[in-house]
Amino acid sequence: MKNMKKIIALLLAVCCVGAVMAGCGSGSSAGTNGEVTVCNWGEYIDEDVLDQFEEETGIKVNYTYFNSNETLYSTLNTGGASYDVIIPSDYMISRLIDEGMLEQLDFANIPNYALIDDQYKGLEYDPDELYSVPYMGGTVGIIYNTTMIEDEITGWSALFDPRYEGDILMFDNPRDALGIALLYLGYSLNTESEAELNEAYALLEQQKPLVQAYVMDQIFDKLESGEAAIGPYYAGDYLTMIENNPDLAFVVPEEGTNQFVDAMCIPKGSENKANAEAFINFMCETDVCLANMDMIGYTSANAEACEIYAQELDEEAAAIMFPSEEVINRCEVFKNLSPEALAMYDALWTKLKSGA
Amino acid sequence: MTRRNARLGGKIFTALVFLFLYAPIFVLIVFSFNSSKSRTTWTGFSFKWYAELFQNDAIMSSLYTTLLVAVISALIATVLGTFAALGFYTMKKRWRNPLLEVNNIPLMNADVVTGVSLCLLFVAAAAIMGDFTAWINKIFGTDLKTNFHLGFATLLIAHISFNTPYVILSVMPKLYQLDRNLVDAAQDLGCTFMQAFFKVVVPQIMPGIVNGIIIAFTMSIDDFVISYFTAGSTVNTLSMTIYAMARRRVSPEINAISTLLFLAVLILLVIINLREIRQEDKKKRLQKAIAR
Amino acid sequence: MKTKLFAVPYIIWMALFVCIPIVLIVVYAFTNDAGAFTFENFKGMTSYASVFGRSFLLAAIATIICILIGYPLSIVMSKFPSNWQKIFTMLIMLPMWMNFLLRTYAWMSILEKTGLISQLLGLVGLPPLDIINTNTAVVIGMVYNFLPFMVLPIYSVVTKIDRSLIEAAQDLGATPGKVFKKVTLPLSLPGVLSGITMVFVPAVSTFVISQLLGGGKHMLLGDLIEMQFLGTAYNPHLGSAIALVMMIIVIICLRIMNRFGDGEGQAVIL
Repeated sequence: MKNMKKIIALLLAVCCVGAVMAGCGSGSSAGTNGEVTVCNWGEYIDEDVLDQFEEETGIKVNYTYFNSNETLYSTLNTGGASYDVIIPSDYMISRLIDEGMLEQLDFANIPNYALIDDQYKGLEYDPDELYSVPYMGGTVGIIYNTTMIEDEITGWSALFDPRYEGDILMFDNPRDALGIALLYLGYSLNTESEAELNEAYALLEQQKPLVQAYVMDQIFDKLESGEAAIGPYYAGDYLTMIENNPDLAFVVPEEGTNQFVDAMCIPKGSENKANAEAFINFMCETDVCLANMDMIGYTSANAEACEIYAQELDEEAAAIMFPSEEVINRCEVFKNLSPEALAMYDALWTKLKSGA
Repeated sequence: MTRRNARLGGKIFTALVFLFLYAPIFVLIVFSFNSSKSRTTWTGFSFKWYAELFQNDAIMSSLYTTLLVAVISALIATVLGTFAALGFYTMKKRWRNPLLEVNNIPLMNADVVTGVSLCLLFVAAAAIMGDFTAWINKIFGTDLKTNFHLGFATLLIAHISFNTPYVILSVMPKLYQLDRNLVDAAQDLGCTFMQAFFKVVVPQIMPGIVNGIIIAFTMSIDDFVISYFTAGSTVNTLSMTIYAMARRRVSPEINAISTLLFLAVLILLVIINLREIRQEDKKKRLQKAIAR
Repeated sequence: MKTKLFAVPYIIWMALFVCIPIVLIVVYAFTNDAGAFTFENFKGMTSYASVFGRSFLLAAIATIICILIGYPLSIVMSKFPSNWQKIFTMLIMLPMWMNFLLRTYAWMSILEKTGLISQLLGLVGLPPLDIINTNTAVVIGMVYNFLPFMVLPIYSVVTKIDRSLIEAAQDLGATPGKVFKKVTLPLSLPGVLSGITMVFVPAVSTFVISQLLGGGKHMLLGDLIEMQFLGTAYNPHLGSAIALVMMIIVIICLRIMNRFGDGEGQAVIL
């Protein structure tokens, strides 16, 4: 009995010490000017710039991650989360605007918006430039391991090739996954035709036995270690992966692909709107954009940063980060769909994932 | 002969099961000393992850949250649960049994369902509270907060909710073993009810309470699913941080922190057990001496 | 003792944080986005039959394996000297102190095609292991994570069996097999039953193990529910409906199972 009391006392003591230690560790950077909660894609920032922001402004950054546009949408809708800055992609921004889930930005607090390249302004998802400030853009392509796959990959067909059974990775979100099937079949990424979507679904269902796993950012680990041989992912991430595994190669499929822009927005219900705008403004600074670009390999929306960065790039990286006219012409941008089409996507996606 | 074989077989079987239980832990510990980020290829010995661990804000603050929630929720659950058990104990059966059924719900229910249902509750409650303060603001012209979110408070409530049933389940049996006459005797001898309660009842059921607090603490530390649905966006427990990492890349710093926690508990348990064993040996020797 | 009122705070607590949440699940399951009453969420349920089937099957397999490992282990443990028994129970609890996500993640490192077992096999010239991202890997993960919940209740019941009963049976000429069948097994049944509850329920509803070890290919009920709330197909009404159906099936299973017990279907934990 007495021993038991001692166990408890000891346990609690150890915990308190641990808690205090951890508290000191984390409390040191607590902001004097409040905080800002940012929710960004994984592997999508040079985390050092967060420290820089905290030092410059005294605002503490709570940095969290989301996995795909759809999970972000679910998290926002389920409620309870309180984000100040989110960085979804084009089609999701347009959906969030349509459903009244974004705050209008006060551009007086974001003077650095002037640094953003005009080609990223007033795009279809936010035509009046009210809700979003572009962060990065890029394309989707196929990344594969040249030691495991000897043929040269040119198109989406490789992802449906039975020879690579068990070595194929696939997107774990409905738009990207169904999008690839639609492109392979020669349809538009934004089709709302039930027949075309069903055809795309049938293709994915057929592909499922060949797929090793449905992944988002787990793909880094799996392709770098050689656990899997081939998978579609965002072009910039290829540049990160190749640093860890030089055997990887990247291709923009001949059938065409998706080109995207991710932009910073403030969701409704944000409690630190001014801090959020300060953060967005900071993220547009040329130096910050340069650091981020260098880390993640995507193309910044800051024109000046792109110009500087392009000078020091080798040919391959330049071709990926600043794709040629010819590549751009093959790309299509995701658009938000009608609620009926979205329901169809959800149903097909759940069916695909739950199927045998 | 066959008997000895059976014993040997038993030992080998036990060893194999423990190998199964400890293989992944061994792997985690070994790779916390790996010099590269790889989790399957050994590239050399290094303490670097332990050094970097203390610089990692995300991990340290989630460790802080985890420990804090575990300690507070275990303490509150123990108090709440012990009193509830005492209350149930004196109730008539037709009240007690349905209440114990309800008490069992969080134990029998799947974590996902508990998590999701609490999430729905908290979100609804936040909305109602927001409306309420907005209404107060309108009437009294005050400037109260109208924007409520999930966070530390909801996380704590959730943990208390799933911890308390364990406390009750470990206190109840001790109460049934209690001799009611002792309380009466104490009161007959002039104790007030409260004195009798603290001097007689509490010490008798203490092993149950202690057991309850340990289970509650362990459950709270080990929980992921319920925290995941109830913590909102600004607080993270260690489990949640690890889950977010497992969807990208798990940094070996996580191996390092887990190794440290594991070793701390291991050392603690070893010390306590050695002590107990030694004390029991002493007792036995004493008994032998007396018998002689 | 007039301590009835001591329970009042917790009764209020239970009403708020146990009962109301479940009512909310029911409400969500029977309403649509506009808040109107509907059966729509249950109509599509048949299309998830495969998920229900797979979850219950895998959880049942994992539970059976846990019994097959946990029962003999408890018996063997109870035959060791008491100091050893203490150490063994401690060793079974101890892994719980290392985060379970992390332990599951470690299984990924062990089972992967480029993982540790495959590397060992490679050293002796064997082909790599190919079970990661399959149902087998998911079952291994379940057994690993939930085995302690099977061992502890069985062990605690087995150690409490009165030795003299077994000796009496032996004296009366029962063979070891018969002693086991007529004495040990019936007396340890409550432990087994609560072990089954404590393994089956978390196994049937897990989403972490299937995500990490199953590659997101074979969804379980937990994945399906999580997907509707915080995942890639937002629909909390459907999610609640699935959760409700799962809850009801689980309760029916447990009720039927506890019929075989002594009626006091309470969880024996320690």
